[in-house]
Amino acid sequence: MSTATTSFFEPASVTSSGRPVLHQAEVECHLLSSVDLETEPTTTATTPINSLDFPALKSGLGILTTHRLLWLPSNATTDSSSPISIPLSSVTHIFSPKKSIKSMFHSPRIRFQVSVHSRSVLVTLVIRGKGDIDGFLTKFWDCWRGRAWEIGNDSGGGSSSGSVPASGSVSGGGLYSSDGSVRLVGVSGILRKEQEMWESTDKSLQEAFHDLNALMRKAKEMVILAEKMRQKLLSGSSSQSNSGNDEEMGSKEEMQDWLLSVGIVSPVTKESAGAMYHQQLSRQLADFVRIPLEKAGGMINLIDIYCLFNRARGTELISPEDLLQACSLWEKFDVPVMLRKFDSGVKVIQNKSHSDEEDELEAHFAVAFVTFLVACPVFARIKNLVSKPEALRSGITASDAAMTLGIAPAMAKEHLLTAESKGLLCRDISPDGFRFFINLFPEINSDDIHMVKDHGIYSLWIKTVSAQKSETSTQHDNPSNANQTLIGQDLRWHCDVMIAR
Amino acid sequence: MQKLGDFKLPQFFNYPPYFTLQPVRDTREKQVQLWKELILDYCRTQKIFVIGLEEEFPLFSNHLIERSLSNEAREAFLSALVSEGRAEWLDRGHRKCLILWHRIQDWADILLHFVRDNGFEDSVMTVEEIRTGVESRGTELHGIDRIILMRALKLLEHKGKLAIFKGTSADDEGVKFSV
Repeated sequence: MSTATTSFFEPASVTSSGRPVLHQAEVECHLLSSVDLETEPTTTATTPINSLDFPALKSGLGILTTHRLLWLPSNATTDSSSPISIPLSSVTHIFSPKKSIKSMFHSPRIRFQVSVHSRSVLVTLVIRGKGDIDGFLTKFWDCWRGRAWEIGNDSGGGSSSGSVPASGSVSGGGLYSSDGSVRLVGVSGILRKEQEMWESTDKSLQEAFHDLNALMRKAKEMVILAEKMRQKLLSGSSSQSNSGNDEEMGSKEEMQDWLLSVGIVSPVTKESAGAMYHQQLSRQLADFVRIPLEKAGGMINLIDIYCLFNRARGTELISPEDLLQACSLWEKFDVPVMLRKFDSGVKVIQNKSHSDEEDELEAHFAVAFVTFLVACPVFARIKNLVSKPEALRSGITASDAAMTLGIAPAMAKEHLLTAESKGLLCRDISPDGFRFFINLFPEINSDDIHMVKDHGIYSLWIKTVSAQKSETSTQHDNPSNANQTLIGQDLRWHCDVMIAR
Repeated sequence: MQKLGDFKLPQFFNYPPYFTLQPVRDTREKQVQLWKELILDYCRTQKIFVIGLEEEFPLFSNHLIERSLSNEAREAFLSALVSEGRAEWLDRGHRKCLILWHRIQDWADILLHFVRDNGFEDSVMTVEEIRTGVESRGTELHGIDRIILMRALKLLEHKGKLAIFKGTSADDEGVKFSV
């Protein structure tokens, strides 16, 4: 059934969270829910088409982009129909809506003709849900006439303004057609003058908006340019990967990261998604968090995501409430991420696999512990951090961990507390503050409290502590001083990184 | 490693978390275990029978790392000893704790050995003589806490090994052995 559908319409690919995968420079313009897509062959079809080839696609999500019209099943898991896409380039005609008594009682419809491989069909969108149908139709016309797909193809060149007259027939509507050949006499002359003033104001206003449109087109070009530069960098680094020195490579990677994070080309907006806003935002967010989440080691502060997400969206900022609502909707979708609230009130986004691991840990602590350390980069890094000589001597604070892990202190503290509860760390509360040490207790023999095994972290700790004692007693040049300045530099560097992010 | 008098402290005595009551169960169990061992070890070698929670106790603070146990932690560790029969609270308020590095039963056995070794099987002695007399010098009984000694004596009386009676002076009691 679905194969018959896809033979005519192109299948559309969607992300794991159910958002459409958009082409380069493609922007979503309008969404409508509960849309049926009905197809019938036209009488002018040159090849006979069996109407059974086109099963009706019921109650899905209609998405209009600058390049395509997409239809997605509303529930991917239960619906057998697969997502399809109709390139706007194959649309040959859009019918004006019929105004009749009959149409008042029917669900609104939008009809248009599509021809692919010299086969032509009549497609009807039946809009059963609530939605701005007129707005959709207007956008549909705009996008179809806009021919954005052609702009994308001619290598991002500047001649985008030529696309509007290409569609012909559409002009200003005769606003500037009459040149003042009427004599300005009497009352009619005054009226005429008034009219001319109106027209000139209108013209300058239109020009102003035209500039804005031009700016938006430029913005799109900038994104294309950024993408191109990234590609160039990618190919450059692979061709001379052996010869290039590490520093250069590092800066290149950084550059790539920057370019990658230039923006979401098609942010979900209230304007485009309407009532579907939060749902679509939620899915887009799920797609977006994957990379930052990976970098942060499987868990990231909600506030960090808020900043990153809004920066990627550029001008279409969302409010904190929108973000929270989008996150809380994840429970309803099959997405690999989840929102988690710690007892302390800190909210984070984490991989679902992350939390599963922890549950498993509760079950069999000892066995899972090693796999946990391997599987969870954050804990491996914490372990690494507390095993350093300085940390063996005087422990670490939440802000130490925050700097090393590159996360917010509140988050770092949660990680440390979790690591403590898993037996990796233990605490030291003194007038100096709340510090964490690597947990030596399991290594100490309680039958012989003086016994120290030759290997292991306990003996390493003893060596480190006694080394410090001899250092301070002999009063040599103090390496801990040097450490301090190093830590200071570290701190500054981390601050820079945080700001850069 | 530093010492307290002639007592050799274990390495972990300088480990700061050792002085903070650990909240995680597994970690806490191990910490409590290590404290029990250290307290018993120290009291045995230093012949300390009573620990007062409010008094200065050398083990409970480490000046080198500037850490000391909170009252809550002290009570937790001593309570752990009490629950194992290695200590007893002397008051309802848990302010004073009797440390039994030998259990009462073991003290009774030591007492019996002392009696047999010295041929006191049918003799009469005062309680003070056992604690501070010439005969007990050099044995573990010398300087024993009076409360512990009385407990051990009562245990033996219960078994018919001796009889306790009021002596001539009001503040001392006599013991008639019949081993």
